[in-house]
Amino acid sequence: MSAADTTTPTEVPPLMSVPPPSAPPTPRRRRGSGATPWLLLAPCLLILGLVMGYPLVRLVTLSFQKFGQSQLWGFLPADWIGFDNFTAVLGDGEFWTVVVRTIVFAAGCVIFTMVAGMLIALLLQRVSGWVKTLVNIALVASWGMPIIVATTVFKWLFDADYGILNALLSKLPGVEMIGHNWFASGPQGLAVIMLLVVWGAVPFVVITLSAGLTQVPAELEEAARLDGAGAWGVFRHVTLPILKPIIVMLTTLSVIWDMGVFPQVFVMRGGHPEPEFQILPTYSYDRAFVVNDYGQGSAIALITVLLLLGVVAVYMRQMLKIGEVE
Amino acid sequence: MSTLAPAGRRRSKAGWNLLGLLVFATAGFPVYWMLNTAFKPAKDAIDPDPSLLPTGLTLGNFSRALDIADFWGPVGRSLIVSLSVVAIGIAVGTLAALAISRFAFRGRKVVIVGILAVQMIPLIAMIIPVFLLLNDLDQYDKLSGLIITYLTFILPFTVWTLRGFIVNIPKELEEAAMVDGCSPTGAFLRVVFPLLAPGMVATSVYAFVQAWNEYLYALMLLSQKNQTATVWLGNFTTKHGTEYAPMMAGSTMMAVPIVVLFLLVQRKMAAGLTAGAVKG
Repeated sequence: MSAADTTTPTEVPPLMSVPPPSAPPTPRRRRGSGATPWLLLAPCLLILGLVMGYPLVRLVTLSFQKFGQSQLWGFLPADWIGFDNFTAVLGDGEFWTVVVRTIVFAAGCVIFTMVAGMLIALLLQRVSGWVKTLVNIALVASWGMPIIVATTVFKWLFDADYGILNALLSKLPGVEMIGHNWFASGPQGLAVIMLLVVWGAVPFVVITLSAGLTQVPAELEEAARLDGAGAWGVFRHVTLPILKPIIVMLTTLSVIWDMGVFPQVFVMRGGHPEPEFQILPTYSYDRAFVVNDYGQGSAIALITVLLLLGVVAVYMRQMLKIGEVE
Repeated sequence: MSTLAPAGRRRSKAGWNLLGLLVFATAGFPVYWMLNTAFKPAKDAIDPDPSLLPTGLTLGNFSRALDIADFWGPVGRSLIVSLSVVAIGIAVGTLAALAISRFAFRGRKVVIVGILAVQMIPLIAMIIPVFLLLNDLDQYDKLSGLIITYLTFILPFTVWTLRGFIVNIPKELEEAAMVDGCSPTGAFLRVVFPLLAPGMVATSVYAFVQAWNEYLYALMLLSQKNQTATVWLGNFTTKHGTEYAPMMAGSTMMAVPIVVLFLLVQRKMAAGLTAGAVKG
């Protein structure tokens, strides 16, 4: 995702980490300070508890309640209805179509982002300094673009009548694209949105991977080359294993971000995504704020979070493994 | 590659450079086209055979963009929200980052894992309960409500990023100051704080950019009359349809200050990244 969506920082581990000193590092931390750390943490935990903890609990309770417009205005109490919201959502064929569409969409975004990011990072190692600077400027500029601006610009690039893309494509012999509406069909429109997501997400991946690549020891690659490995062999057996922790982290983060794509679809479709454009985030939003069924909307959001739990677990395990969270 | 003759190596370098320029053109094109459209005469923007090069320089689209809808109101509100979020986020975040990077205490790991996990929850999943919460607290359609909501993603970010910067400051410096008679607070203010300041600036700018760019919560938690800058742009369609040239002018006004800020701190954040510190 782009800068804005890069709301989550990630930590790049020192790749060739120094072997841990034999003495455990903890004694160097101040011990026996009793309440001090908790006092320092208190404001942070208080705020997170209010704006994150409470809503999270509320999300779960809501998904077991009948909660519509009347409950919102306080005319009616919220009734507990057990698993009714879930059975209604899971029993709806539409929901499963949306789930499959979301997974295909997110998988496409993640794969294209990671592959393009890797190729560009490798390319940047081979170009002259001035080309590298140019590419970096373009990448950081696209990374820094607010998602809304990027979406608006893509809408303009792909405009049916006056968009530059159709005009350029029509210059090819035998191609007549003027007036072609890219958003007439769901798959084509989502492909454009996927391009937008990938365009915004690649810079983060390239810059992180480039930082990682500088830490791959040249001697190792040289040794592999002397042993007769080709370019692919060196990459596959030397570079890739060393970069693996970074790649795992970038991939898990991308999955989480790309499963949560919302503004791109929402703004691209003028605030009312057609059924063919619905993915889980917009579907949950629709159910809550358009149909006014907050209970079912919450159930869908909760299912999305549960779907992501596995990915989050991989991410956390990686963070724990590289020792950043000791 | 080392086996290639110098001429062959130069030729392959030229090939890579060409490919690099292609990447530059592709990645940079949307930004270029935004600027190109923003500054070209509005009638050239609806030329069915558009020219790739600039066709003239006008500021007409900018004044039109400012006419279509109030621009400075939303920008002012975005500024209030983003600056407040950064101020609170940095103050609260620094304290928390100190706690988890400089103290050993029971439950430290749980706190760290909790902060990491919190930022993994997609914002969109939280919008329904957050909306209801603000509704209950009478904070719907208030900037204060939006500010506190933005802390959900800004706070974990500042804590984790600042922690990375603090970890890189050697503890010996603080210890030496304390041996020389500084109190722990004095050691922090005189030794750690000056070293941490550049990292805090970079983190602040980065957090500012994130808050400024947020769309979903701004759309849902504020009414039309209180909209922020991102929502202003998202609604940029008049009853005459979409006027793309002014819209690109509006996009330019939104994006250029942010991209410049971003370019300024990107280096610093990237330096932290290679040092095994943090990146956002």
